[in-house]
Amino acid sequence: MAECGGVDSNTSSGHTMDKSITLPPDEIFRNLENAKRFAIDIGGSLTKLAYYSTVQHKVAKVRSFDHTAKEAACDKLYEISVQEEVTARLHFIKFENAYIETCLDFIKDHLVNTETKVIKATGGGAHKFKELIEKKLGLKVDKEDEMTCLIKGCNFVLKNIPHEAFVYAKHADSEFRFQTTNPDIFPYLLVNIGSGVSIVKVESEDKFERIGGSSIGGGTFWGLGALLTKTKRFDELLQLASKGQHTSVDMLVKDIYGGSYGCLGLTGDLIASSFGKSATADKEFSKEDMAKSLLHMISNDIGQLACLYAKLHNLSRVYFGGFFIRGHPVTMHTITYSINFFTKGEVQALFLRHEGYLGAIGAFLKGAEEDNPNQYSWGENYAGSSGLMSVSPEMNPMQRARSGTFPFDMLEMDRLERQLVNLPLLQDPSSYIPDTVDLTEDAPAREYWLYCFEDALDGVVKRALASQPDMPEAAVRAEKFRQKYLHKLQTLRHQPFAYGSLTVRSLLDTREHCLNEFNFPDPYSKIKERENDVALRYYQKAVKALEELSCEDRQFALVRGVLAGNVFDWGAKAVSDVLESDPEFGFEEAKRQLEERPWLVDSYDQWLERLKGPPHKCALFFVDNSGVDIILGVMPFVRELLSRGTEVVLASNSGPALNDVTNGELQILTERIAAMDPVIQAGLREDRLTLVQSGSSSPCLDLSRLDKVLAMVVRERQTDLVIIEGMGRAIHTNYYAMLSCESLKMAVIKNSWLADRLGGKLFSVVFKYEVPAGRPDQDDAALTP
Amino acid sequence: MDIGGTLVKLVYFEPVDITAEEEQEEVENLKSIRRYLTSNVAYGKTGVRDVHLELRNLTMCGRTGNLHFIRFPTQAMPLFIQMGRDKNFSSLHTMLCATGGGAYKFENDFRMMADLELLKLDELDCLIHGLLFLDRVGFNGHPECYYFQNPSDTHSCVKEPCNLENPFPMLLVNIGSGVSILAVYSENNYKRVTGTSLGGGTFLGLCCLLTGCETFEEALEMASKGDSTNVDKLVKDIYGGDYERFGLQGSTVASSFGHMMCKDKRASISKEDLARATLVTITNNIGSIARMCADNEKIERVVFVGNFLRINTLSTKLLAYAMDFWSKGQLKAVFLEHEGYFGAVGALMELLKTTEDL
Repeated sequence: MAECGGVDSNTSSGHTMDKSITLPPDEIFRNLENAKRFAIDIGGSLTKLAYYSTVQHKVAKVRSFDHTAKEAACDKLYEISVQEEVTARLHFIKFENAYIETCLDFIKDHLVNTETKVIKATGGGAHKFKELIEKKLGLKVDKEDEMTCLIKGCNFVLKNIPHEAFVYAKHADSEFRFQTTNPDIFPYLLVNIGSGVSIVKVESEDKFERIGGSSIGGGTFWGLGALLTKTKRFDELLQLASKGQHTSVDMLVKDIYGGSYGCLGLTGDLIASSFGKSATADKEFSKEDMAKSLLHMISNDIGQLACLYAKLHNLSRVYFGGFFIRGHPVTMHTITYSINFFTKGEVQALFLRHEGYLGAIGAFLKGAEEDNPNQYSWGENYAGSSGLMSVSPEMNPMQRARSGTFPFDMLEMDRLERQLVNLPLLQDPSSYIPDTVDLTEDAPAREYWLYCFEDALDGVVKRALASQPDMPEAAVRAEKFRQKYLHKLQTLRHQPFAYGSLTVRSLLDTREHCLNEFNFPDPYSKIKERENDVALRYYQKAVKALEELSCEDRQFALVRGVLAGNVFDWGAKAVSDVLESDPEFGFEEAKRQLEERPWLVDSYDQWLERLKGPPHKCALFFVDNSGVDIILGVMPFVRELLSRGTEVVLASNSGPALNDVTNGELQILTERIAAMDPVIQAGLREDRLTLVQSGSSSPCLDLSRLDKVLAMVVRERQTDLVIIEGMGRAIHTNYYAMLSCESLKMAVIKNSWLADRLGGKLFSVVFKYEVPAGRPDQDDAALTP
Repeated sequence: MDIGGTLVKLVYFEPVDITAEEEQEEVENLKSIRRYLTSNVAYGKTGVRDVHLELRNLTMCGRTGNLHFIRFPTQAMPLFIQMGRDKNFSSLHTMLCATGGGAYKFENDFRMMADLELLKLDELDCLIHGLLFLDRVGFNGHPECYYFQNPSDTHSCVKEPCNLENPFPMLLVNIGSGVSILAVYSENNYKRVTGTSLGGGTFLGLCCLLTGCETFEEALEMASKGDSTNVDKLVKDIYGGDYERFGLQGSTVASSFGHMMCKDKRASISKEDLARATLVTITNNIGSIARMCADNEKIERVVFVGNFLRINTLSTKLLAYAMDFWSKGQLKAVFLEHEGYFGAVGALMELLKTTEDL
């Protein structure tokens, strides 16, 4: 039920003492000048503020020169221009109620936009601060139903934030086990533990029902705990509980039976009667022990009720939220324990990373209905979000020290240009995990990669600076970027779970987000252009050389070409040296560097055998780097597929990431190649070669979040072959991805640590051709539309 | 006897059809025990005979007699065993039928100290057998069972006697120190559905800590005088009235002890209020869980037993109210006069059966 409004936590001293605080505008309440649509959720101790704003970003755009008008007049391949682009972002800030006035003053001073008239409000404390808000902001407070907001918020985070939900396991290597995002989030049970407990069954975006509840909730723990222990604060009570021994207060099965009650399967340590011992002895009980007993009593009771309701309504997904849970390891543990006990593991207790924001998100969405926020896909911005467990000062002293003001927590979500959906060819979307290694669980790997990314930071800063030679303030921004990313790495060292499972992908994505944050949209744009230009000059020669080969030799040369091209990667440290030399020479050199067969993973023979069979209907090719990789490696391979009668869909990044070729660049490159190569030209003309964007701006690939158009094209073309190229997309991610059609994963391992891990060596080759079980390759594996 | 976590329940069958011959044969020891048990209503400091529950002229195994109901705290178990040795019980019977957890816990003590062998019986078997037996024989000419009319209003609700005709299936909620919930399909076919540690022991334990009281009687006495709404936060305390979006009435408890989060409120409540709130919390919770179990098991009759319900009608009324509230009037809570003694009666029946077999 409601968070208790108006409890002890709001002392009047809080209002006066913090007047002197000056808030750093680039750290909290960012982008206020463009803010509109406010919402606020005021709970018993924390306030959550939400607003929508727009962000001006510099983006690198490529534009083809008009070659017909001034043929060869320019030595450049295409024009790169940095443009301003406006994107939408949601800001959520959480702070203690004591600072609410300071925050409102700050907002008033920085709010430029005047079209906003209303602030949506929810939470038990909303009415208490109504006047203050109306007076300070001049906005009309419009109250929204708490539970409706909660559910709306919950739906939103479950749909839009990967790794939002997690299972808590206190004694495991990693306390947090994040769940893969399942696009089908309904139905689920939400157990909200505020003062009391509400149990809500959610069946769809708009259909939910409070099917039950209990008065024994967080308020009972707090109220009864305060009476028993004379401890006033909720957090302190939890602290006490975590130190206590409940067995001195509770009557256990073994206290009655002398051991276990075997025939009913009740173990001796099971609590038979909560507080059962405190009635019999004349002794004093320690505060810690009583608090612990109380915590067990309440958690077990809630867990039991949740299980009964889940069973009655046949629901297996049960999320827990409310201030009783709110990131407290103690309560997450006891609730998890209770659920495991009562369901014998059939139901898992799930928690949410952004549980505290649900009400504010929901209230905001209520106010923004006319903008149809649910029509878009949104993504968590790692640069602007604090991550899990950063609000508690003891958990994260860094956060407090950094802000220099008061502890606050932020969540920023970017509206994505494209709507994202599952790749329709995933064998089992609900069990698909993009990432190969979960660094949250693998401590040595985490150590290595955190070190690796920190070590590479100087180089990235240098590269970013070099990409903007004409901008004098770039140095300042580059330094800010360095600090920001360094700070993120430090946070992740201590809290690897801060943004969900830590993976190489999330480390790369965080870096991209940080670069964007400081307006380094595409540090590799010029390098990419140069590489593309040089590689194009060599294209015809390469194709001619291939055509002279016998069919079987050609197939092998094509594969080697893709692999050798893939060695060209500015993202991999070991390769930079080779790249400084001449690309043409480099390409041949790279081929020589390649491991001889048998490769580390080698199913080339099966692939060759397959090629002797009927051509594929349509191949979806996720490409990787620009330059030699795309032009001399991928394109000849594509050309061969087209010649065989296979349609090809080339999927490239929507936005820049490292030296990966973007969709914009690939459009131009393909046109240029088409001008030289009738096969490619015919492919384009006859619509047998299609270029689509992936919807991603990451060097890795999440097949569960792809552009909706891509998914549509894949379905329409009856795609029966998926090719994934490169270390980021085929090794760091998707190495184990199971597809419902044939797949080919090709990559060169350009990192000696990773090579070592996989049992290979530097430049080892992964060539993984897979046919889904139960589908002979002669079979028409195409999807029926 | 039934040795629970808090109380020991003992039933004693006093044959009244003893022939002179039999009396002659009877050893002095047994006579003295009978006299001791039947002429007193209290034993030692804490033992009590529930005279009002006595079943008169009952026929068991072809004998007519009176069935006496005696209870004492489990804490006094060592004293009881001591007495057994002093009175030389073992010269009469070497076998004692016992159920409840204590039958296991104290087995060794009985053997070592009093030279008595315990025939350990499963407490749930005993409970069901005893309950069905007492329902059959009735309560001195009256029905053993009852329910409340108008359970939603604790002031105007009336106790109505009833019989468990066609007792199966029933959901049997046994509230002792803790709570066990059984789905009973026939005399010998039942399963333990679930249980909760929030039971009678929790009520008493919390009351002792919160109010300094020492006995269950004291705690209940206080609870009967208190007002839980001073302690609990109601829906209307949060929403100013009903929470219409979810059909919750303003008078519904939103958070048990919820007012106690606030310092001022903590200073303004009485011990009686706290005892009442504790009782309401426990009964409401049991009602809620029982209702869920009844729904899950698709059972319509819910029977409450256990010593938590003894002494006054407050707890039963609160449970009746809770069942009515959670089931929206669909389920009726049925109670029995002999509350917590069914396990002991079941054990006695087992004893008679085994002696018959001999």
